[in-house]
Amino acid sequence: MPSSWVGTPVLRREDDRLLRGAGRFVDDMHAAGMLHAAVFRSPFAHARITSLDVSAARALPGVHAIFTAADLGAVNRPFPLPVPHPKLRAKTPMPLASDTVRYVGEPIALIVADDRYIAEDAFDHIAIDFEPLVATPSLQGALAGGDCVIHPDLGDNIAARFGQSYGDVDAAFAAADVVVRERFTSDRGSGQPIETRAVFAVPDPNTGILTVWDTTQSPHVARRLMAATLDVPEDRLHVIAPDVGGGFGPKVVFYPEEVLVPFAARALKRPVKFVEDRLEHFRATVHEREQVHECELAAKSDGTLLGMRVRIVHDTGAYVPWGVIVPFITLTTIPGPYHLPNYDAEVTVVYTNRVPVTPHRGAGRPQAVFSMERMLDRLALELKLDQAEIRRRNYIGADEFPYDVGLIFRDGSPMSYDSGDYPQAQQTALEHIGYDTFRAQQAEARAHGRLIGIGMAAYVEGTGLGPHESARMRVDSSGKIRIMSGAASQGQGHETTLAQVAADALGMPMEDITVQTGDTAGVPYGIGAFASRLGALASSAVKIGATQLRERILQAAGSFLEVAPDDLEIVDGSVRVSGNPTQSIRLGDLAIQSSGAFPGSTLPNDLADIGLETTAYFRPAQSTYASGFHVVTVEVDPAGGIVTILKYVISHDCGNAINPLIVEGQVQGGLAAGIGGALYERTVYDDMGQLVSGSFVDYLLPTSAEIPAAEIYHILAPTPLNPLGAKGAGEGGTIPAPAAIVAAVENAIWPDGSFHLHAFPLTPELVWQAARDAQGIPA
Amino acid sequence: MTPDRHTVALTVNGAPFKRTVEGRLLLSDFLRHDLEFTGTHVGCEHGVCGSCTVLVDGNPTRSCLMLAVQADGHAIETVEGLAPDAATLSPLQAAFRKHHALQCGYCTPGFLMTASALLRVTEHPSRLEIKEALSGNLCRCTGYSGIVDAVDEIANGKPNAV
Repeated sequence: MPSSWVGTPVLRREDDRLLRGAGRFVDDMHAAGMLHAAVFRSPFAHARITSLDVSAARALPGVHAIFTAADLGAVNRPFPLPVPHPKLRAKTPMPLASDTVRYVGEPIALIVADDRYIAEDAFDHIAIDFEPLVATPSLQGALAGGDCVIHPDLGDNIAARFGQSYGDVDAAFAAADVVVRERFTSDRGSGQPIETRAVFAVPDPNTGILTVWDTTQSPHVARRLMAATLDVPEDRLHVIAPDVGGGFGPKVVFYPEEVLVPFAARALKRPVKFVEDRLEHFRATVHEREQVHECELAAKSDGTLLGMRVRIVHDTGAYVPWGVIVPFITLTTIPGPYHLPNYDAEVTVVYTNRVPVTPHRGAGRPQAVFSMERMLDRLALELKLDQAEIRRRNYIGADEFPYDVGLIFRDGSPMSYDSGDYPQAQQTALEHIGYDTFRAQQAEARAHGRLIGIGMAAYVEGTGLGPHESARMRVDSSGKIRIMSGAASQGQGHETTLAQVAADALGMPMEDITVQTGDTAGVPYGIGAFASRLGALASSAVKIGATQLRERILQAAGSFLEVAPDDLEIVDGSVRVSGNPTQSIRLGDLAIQSSGAFPGSTLPNDLADIGLETTAYFRPAQSTYASGFHVVTVEVDPAGGIVTILKYVISHDCGNAINPLIVEGQVQGGLAAGIGGALYERTVYDDMGQLVSGSFVDYLLPTSAEIPAAEIYHILAPTPLNPLGAKGAGEGGTIPAPAAIVAAVENAIWPDGSFHLHAFPLTPELVWQAARDAQGIPA
Repeated sequence: MTPDRHTVALTVNGAPFKRTVEGRLLLSDFLRHDLEFTGTHVGCEHGVCGSCTVLVDGNPTRSCLMLAVQADGHAIETVEGLAPDAATLSPLQAAFRKHHALQCGYCTPGFLMTASALLRVTEHPSRLEIKEALSGNLCRCTGYSGIVDAVDEIANGKPNAV
């Protein structure tokens, strides 16, 4: 047994069942009398439904029911907005479209049949007429308005305009020695967990309770929204997120199927299961990433930053199921690890005829870091400074924490960086990639006709967002500890990490502790997995709760053994008097006795509480800010537009690591998503708003052949903001990757230093074109 | 419309099964929902992600691209057949655990089956050969390096540097 479980690379408990194929994912669940649902979706990006007749489809053998908007009655109303903003003119999705459809893939009807094959057969028997409307699937088109206003009562396609600023930006620009201006763009990408979304609703005819197995990242929030939409008390809904096959953001959102499937199960009094297919996932599960940034940066001639102006245009798709979180985070992430004394940013959020946009791993930060880091590269070029040097001259120092940025973060609290060492992160990464000798290698390679380049990017990431996370735990009658967490897991290993935290706080072996996540019956309130929050918050709640539970155990044992709690220790499943092992009580017996073993008996007067159980919450005062630095070398094959990553070095600070094995897995996995977003993953819609990239043949995920093993170095700057000193680790691998990789490709193609690349993803076609541009070959 | 019905007799991990199914039923759905081998997962149903990979007469095969009726008379191996018993993982499974080669575990059965096939036919694959053999399977969590390390360790005793 290690002296501390926290900090030890414990192998995961989840692995055994998953490696045997014995995990239980939503589609693995069965129930007697189960029916299968399919969703009939809009084939148009923007159209009015002029007639809808499902009678022939309903008559198909094996079809049990078809629900349209008209069949839902009052249930068919816009979803509540979970994350409001005062400037947002919010249009949230409805379960089913009734008269107008606003993106390809928008649900129109739910078909319930004996099996999914028959449910899909019924599509062909639905008689529906549309009056196509002018669609505006492009950001610029929607912004211009013209013939298409997606939500007519708004008058235009602007969902929100808001901004934040500090200092005196105009004065900063007036006083600047140098000003650089650039425009940056990013295309749509998406989370693409390998398990698609699924919902399985099982009514219990005896109790009236509906159990909903759901691939959600937020079971408690999903239950609340289900209850509100279905008008059912929360205690009649039991939502469980079992094994979930990846989330990455998209599964945090509340979707129409999470209302439709429970509604159908209640109406039919039968279990109903919906499992999304991959085409539906592309067409109906949220996307992210498309923004346009107009940036201006003012500096002194020595490279000292004076001020920055940014105008952000953000594509939110047809609705705002999660408010304006993504561009809000973009705006607040741009200043990053740098002294930026004056800042003015404004966001325009635009409705388009495409799938709604909500956070995907990184959540608006890759775009922010891309702009800031590319602007620094641009400024370095202007001033003939080394790219590492210009960053070094502007970093916030390790002795400047807490550092007040001057902005309000999305948690509503002032952005105050709590800890970090940004210069050290850069220095560590540059040493390990061999920065000082790279230019010579590059010249040597170029002499042999090979194009190699280097790029770098730094970031600061607000993690561990509130409002709270929960942990409930008890000693059961066998003496084992059962922890129920408000966390929900999609592969992060909470069954392991939370047991590590509890083992330390209880002073008990991990083997005596089990952890359950993702179940609304386990703990009254929970928030869920997003914003790299659970490592900081769920763990802290467990630490607080387990510390309380240990006190409770010792107090109760002292009461029954008639000794002072301070004289007791927990050893081998018993509480015993230190130095006198014969005077002891087994934990299981203590649990039974302290909860009232004998009906009619009297408990000791000094027993403080009934039972050995606690419920604890951790409420962070503010977000905790993780940070890091990426540096990458690449080789470009100009003939094929192929980018090969030669070496990738990451230094990062996520505070204290609860399980270093899992942290490194998060960083490496996050990097793979970052590389995908930098080089391969591009969602394409045509001018009519039809999704062109609706398969893994068209939308390219990186494979084992493209992803290198990153060298990962830990910069340890524990946060004072939670009892574990932990920060989030799930997104830092993703966030700066597009900025670093695009800079490296640029450096490979134009090694003498000139500025050309303004967009990501930099797909092979664009790399190929860039290489031709560099050779002066006309497009 | 009366669906066409066909008898399918096959073995899964050595055990015989016989069922009557519709002609259009995918092998993946047949394994998962008719025979309840739910360890075989479905990720894309168009043959790219590799999650549904099973071995058909020893050859790695996407069970979403094959009909159940086509498996008649064949020997299927799934992830449920890899571990020797309930208390022990196979060496490859144990190496996956050791190298943190899985997070959500959804793609894992497909990787295990693809890697099993590689290790049967190639005695000491190079790291590059391993990466290429696994490049038909998509993982969204791990960034692949742990998976490659795990297979490399089984193939070559320990993971190679490059």
